[in-house]
Amino acid sequence: MSIDTLPIGSTNLDIFAQTLMELAANDRDILVITSDSRESGRVTPFGNKFPQQIVELGIAEQNMVGVSAGLASAGKVVFIVSPACFLTARALEQIKNDVAYSDQPVKLIGISAGVSYGALGTTHHSLHDFAVLQAINNIDIVAPADNFETRQTILAAIHYPRPIYIRFGKKAMPNLHSPDAHFKIGKAIQLTPQLDNYDLVFIATGETVAPAYLASQILSEKGITCCVLSLHSIRPFDEAAVRQAAMSSRVVITVEEHSVNGGLGSRVASFLMQSSIFRPLRIVGIPDEHTITGSQVEIFNHYGISPQALSQTALQLLDKEADKCALPGRFSS
Amino acid sequence: MFVAATPRSISPEAIRMLKLKSILYRKIILKIIYSAGAGHTGGSLSCVDILNVLYNHVMNISPENLSLVNRDHYIHSKGHSVEALYAVLADKGFYPKELLDTVEQYGSDFIGHPTRSVPGIEQNTGALGHGLSVSVGMALASKLDGLGYRVFTILGDGELTEGSVWEASASAANFHLDNLVVIIDRNTLQITGRTEQVMAMEPLEDKFLAFGYSVRRVNGNDVAEMAALFEDLPFEPGKPNLVLAHTIKGKGISFMEDKSEWHHRVPNDAEYAAALLELDQAEKALETEYEH
Repeated sequence: MSIDTLPIGSTNLDIFAQTLMELAANDRDILVITSDSRESGRVTPFGNKFPQQIVELGIAEQNMVGVSAGLASAGKVVFIVSPACFLTARALEQIKNDVAYSDQPVKLIGISAGVSYGALGTTHHSLHDFAVLQAINNIDIVAPADNFETRQTILAAIHYPRPIYIRFGKKAMPNLHSPDAHFKIGKAIQLTPQLDNYDLVFIATGETVAPAYLASQILSEKGITCCVLSLHSIRPFDEAAVRQAAMSSRVVITVEEHSVNGGLGSRVASFLMQSSIFRPLRIVGIPDEHTITGSQVEIFNHYGISPQALSQTALQLLDKEADKCALPGRFSS
Repeated sequence: MFVAATPRSISPEAIRMLKLKSILYRKIILKIIYSAGAGHTGGSLSCVDILNVLYNHVMNISPENLSLVNRDHYIHSKGHSVEALYAVLADKGFYPKELLDTVEQYGSDFIGHPTRSVPGIEQNTGALGHGLSVSVGMALASKLDGLGYRVFTILGDGELTEGSVWEASASAANFHLDNLVVIIDRNTLQITGRTEQVMAMEPLEDKFLAFGYSVRRVNGNDVAEMAALFEDLPFEPGKPNLVLAHTIKGKGISFMEDKSEWHHRVPNDAEYAAALLELDQAEKALETEYEH
């Protein structure tokens, strides 16, 4: 089973750009800020339609973020559209001080995030953005999984009172939700039917939600019950949903297109441990090594972020858990 | 259309009032630093005359219009000299002077660098090389909205080695921000020593001209000279304004002047008393000068 078995939609970036064009028609204060990135950010049509509402800052990310903070302080609704790798590393101090600390509600759109740039290499990968931004107070972090989550995130971002970072990949994404699904920043969405108990829960974010969902389909054919959470918001972190899912599952697997250090998995592990919810846990992401060369899907496959590999990881973890449960008095919480 | 509150001429009496304000501000700065046991003494004393002229003679900013966008704006890019800004804002009535007793105290909003928690401060600064970019954004918003309000910012000369200053400078000229006024507090000292020895950045005027600014030089401790200069804003239509303000670090206190050790040294009891005595004498001399 592959992602292609799901109905494919557009790239999340295209949905972002279309949604913003709709909104900009009625709000002259909406500005798009680019760093020689309008084409890769899919906002060239936006710039053609609203030439007064796009500001080019050139390849100078630090200045771009500082200028954006100034524009936001003057009442502009500012969307920075810039590659996630440069935006959240090169301009990190500006994000920390000029935006988050100064409480300027800038919307930072990190494009081609994770390993979307594939074989272009580590300079172009952003596997650190969840980690560094989680360590900075007053900036929320969202990684939409599909076109529905993308549109809803942008609609919510327009009047969002705090700084927010939104991360998109480049690939056309399958639609995972029914159109009437409920979306709120900070509230995870469960993609699988509600049950009282599950064998396992996949907690995934961004473009890894689809392979996690497909892994759950493979496992259900084997009679294994799964909960799949699309945890689009790394912050605010939906403690209630994670608690509920982990409490009702035997094992927990997190999946993310990010370093295994400091991202979704670390956040979930920290929360569960401190909540005294002890479950066997696997953090699936990009390990602490020089990232292998390849396309996004090849890198995903290499590191076990595919439906088949995730279902294997799940089976192994369930086997181990079954062995341990055979010992009386263990894991009784 | 925005009309700046700058009068076209300034009377001798107004100059005398500005000079008296500078002495008052120096007393407040020293009191803050002496009481808090911390602060950036030298840099606050070098830039306070610039702040004095901006807030009392040039900029249209007051506690009454603070909530409006269409007024002048000020960003303190050299954030470590916050004591000078605290003194001026207190005098202008942005908050009760008594709050200055809390500077750097546990739980106070008045920390060692500017924050928006303090009324009258518009952006959190302290890390260098940030304020100019933010000012460019504010000045650009003014242009986009056709309002014409102005944005003033003071940078330290040690700050000029930050690369982001030059990114911001390129964008200021690119957007033709003649409503942006960048003032360099050119006291030639930073914590390690002479700026030129830490990192040679001269010829600064040529660099700023090459980046597209309209550049003026001024004695940044001479309130009359600055008051006259700022009446010429904008210096050239379509170009951002840059003022190279030649100042003396520690200005106004003889034993602090032009000494890098006073970058953030706190006066002891005897030094504090001696400093206040010098300021009292300067005040008396000013009164005598105008009586004759």
